[in-house]
Amino acid sequence: MDFLTFIQLLDSTVRLATPLLLACLAGLFSERAGIFDIGLEGKMLAAAFFSAAIAAVTGSVWLGLLAGIASSMAFSLLHGVASITFRGNQLISGVAINFLAAGLTVLIAQDWFSQGGRTPSLMGGARFEPIILPFADSLGGIPVFGPIYRELISGHSILVYVAFAMVPLTWWILFRTRFGLRLRAVGENPAAVDTAGVSVVGLRYAAVIICGVLCGIAGAYLSTALQAGFVKDMSAGRGFIALAALIFAKWRPWYALYATLLFGLFGALETRPDVIEALFGLKVQGALLGALPYVMTVIILAGFVGKAIPPRAGGEPYVKER
Amino acid sequence: MTFLHKFLGATAALGLSSAAALAEPAVIFDLGGKFDKSFNEAAHNGASRWAEETGSTYREIELQSEAQREQALRRFAEAGANPIITMGFAMADPLSTVAPDYPDTKFVAIDVTWLDAPNVRQIGFAEHEGSYLVGMLAGMASESGTVGFIGGMDIPLIRHFGCGYAQGVKAVNPDATVVANMTGTTPAAWNDPVKGSELTKAQISQGADVIYAAAGGTGVGVLQTAADENILSIGVDSNQNHLHPGKVLTSMLKRVDVAVYDALTAGTDLETGVFTLGLAEEGVGYALDDNNAPLVSDEMKAAVDEAREKIISGDLEVASYYATDSCPALDF
Repeated sequence: MDFLTFIQLLDSTVRLATPLLLACLAGLFSERAGIFDIGLEGKMLAAAFFSAAIAAVTGSVWLGLLAGIASSMAFSLLHGVASITFRGNQLISGVAINFLAAGLTVLIAQDWFSQGGRTPSLMGGARFEPIILPFADSLGGIPVFGPIYRELISGHSILVYVAFAMVPLTWWILFRTRFGLRLRAVGENPAAVDTAGVSVVGLRYAAVIICGVLCGIAGAYLSTALQAGFVKDMSAGRGFIALAALIFAKWRPWYALYATLLFGLFGALETRPDVIEALFGLKVQGALLGALPYVMTVIILAGFVGKAIPPRAGGEPYVKER
Repeated sequence: MTFLHKFLGATAALGLSSAAALAEPAVIFDLGGKFDKSFNEAAHNGASRWAEETGSTYREIELQSEAQREQALRRFAEAGANPIITMGFAMADPLSTVAPDYPDTKFVAIDVTWLDAPNVRQIGFAEHEGSYLVGMLAGMASESGTVGFIGGMDIPLIRHFGCGYAQGVKAVNPDATVVANMTGTTPAAWNDPVKGSELTKAQISQGADVIYAAAGGTGVGVLQTAADENILSIGVDSNQNHLHPGKVLTSMLKRVDVAVYDALTAGTDLETGVFTLGLAEEGVGYALDDNNAPLVSDEMKAAVDEAREKIISGDLEVASYYATDSCPALDF
C-alpha cells in the first residue's frame, strides 16, 4: 500500500466518521443528562430530508441546513415532552421517533416532489461544496506533509470542520463550565441538582435540544454535503452505529472522536478489499468489517475491555416526590 | 325461504362472476419503491403505459419490509386480482408457497426462473448479454485501462451483471483491470447512496475512470460522485443517461417495462412458463440518446452493434455466472 492510498483511505475515514461523530456527540449530550436516545437515526433521517428538500426549493444550502436542524429539534422536543414532561419510557419514545421519521420523510417527499420519496438532485448553491484551505495547492508539493494537507485536511465541506471543532467544544462545555457540571450531575443524581435549586427539567430540555441541533447537522451533512439530495432511508443505520460508538467511547467526548474515527476506518476499509488483501494477505468479506462496530460494542459492554458505565440516572424519568 | 336462498345464491354467483370478469391486475413493487429510477420504476413505467393506452386500472403496493411479501401476495390473490405481477428475486419464496393455493390466479415473477409452479409466468433477463455490451463501451471509453463495477446487495444476480460486464471489458481490452465492489449483504445495500459514493471514490483512487453501478438507489450516489469527480458512469435497468447529461456513458437497459406491459396486455390469458429475454428479444440492451451521444463514437457503436449481432446469431457466447457460480473474467 503506497502513501497516497493510505491518505485516500484516511480521507474516506474522515468523510464516513463525520456523521457518526456528530450523532455520537448529540447522543453524548442527551445521555449525559440522563435521557437515553435511540432516536438519533430518526432525527438524522428527518434532518437529511428537510435540509435537502428546503435546499432544493430555495436553492440555498444554508436555509436547508437551518430547516434540517429545526426538524431534528422538533423531533428532539417530541422526545423531550414524552420522556421528561410525561415521564414516558425513553426507549419506546426513541423507537417511535425512528419509525415516524422513516415514514414521514418518504410521505412528505412523495407529496412535495412526486419522485417516489426522493428530493430532486441539488445543484450549485444548494449543496455544500468542498472547502479548499489556503495554500493547499502550493504546499501540496512538500513531501509527506503536502499530500496530507492537500488531500486529507483540505477539501472537505464546512460541516466536517464544524464536527471536529465540536469535540473540544463539547469537552469544554461539559467539563469546564457550570452548565456542563450541572448537565452531568442531572444524569448522575438529579435529586441533588434539584436540592441545589436548579431545574432538572430545564437542564434536560437543554440537553435534548443540543442533541437535536447536532443530529440536524449530521443529517444535513448526509444529504447536502456527501450527497446531492435525499434518498429514502439514506441514514442506513448510522444513528445506531453512532450509539454503539457512544457506548464504545464510554460517554466521553475525546473517546467519541476516536471511536467514530475507528468505525469510520472500518467503513473505509470495507470499500478497499484490495488494501486489506495486500496488508494481511487474505480476502476479508466486507460484511465482516461492517459488523465490527457492533461486535466491538458488545465486547465492551460485556466488560472484557474496561467497563462502560452509563450515567447513573440514565433512562429514568425524574420524579420529585413519590 | 327457498326462494330467498336461491335469490341470495344467484346474487352471490353474479357478484363472483362479475368480480372475475372485472379482475384487476396487480403489481407488487419491491423494496426500492416504484420511483427508484431503476428496476421498479421500469415496471411502473410499463404498467402506467398499459393503463394509459387501455384506460384500465391496476392495483399496486410498494413493499416496505420483508415480512410484507407473502401478505401482499395473499391479499391481492384473495381480492381476485389477476394477473399478479411481482418484482424481484426475493418474491420467489413467497410465490412458491402462495401460488399453489390459488391455481386459478396467474402470477408473473420478474427475475425469477427456477420455480416449479404451473400458474406462474417466470421472466428472466439475459443481463450478462446487456452488461457485456456496456462493458465493451466502458473498455473503449476508458483511458486508464481500469474500470469499475459497483453492485448493490451481494447476490448471484448482481454477480451475473458484473460477470457479463467484465467479459465485455476484456473483449475490447484484454489487459484492462476491472475493480468490483458490492455495497453490502442486506437489502439496505440498495438504499445507501453515501456508501455508493465512498465506493466510487475508492475505485477512482484505484484508477477507474468508468464505473458501472448495478445497485438500485445506491447507484444514485455512484452516478452523482462520478459526475462530481468528472469520470464516466454507466446506469442500469432504466435509461439513467439524463441524470447527469454528458457524464453517464450509457445505461444497461433491462426492459422490465416491456415485460410488465406485455403481461398486462395479455391479462388473464397470460402464457405461463419460463421465459428468458435476451438481446434477440430486445429484453436487454444499451441506451443511446441525446444525453450520451457525444460520448459514444460511431466506431464504438459499430463495435458494440457487431457484438450484438454475433450474440444474437450465437457466434459469440457470453458466459453466465449462473452456469458455474463463478466468472471467467472477474473474481468476486
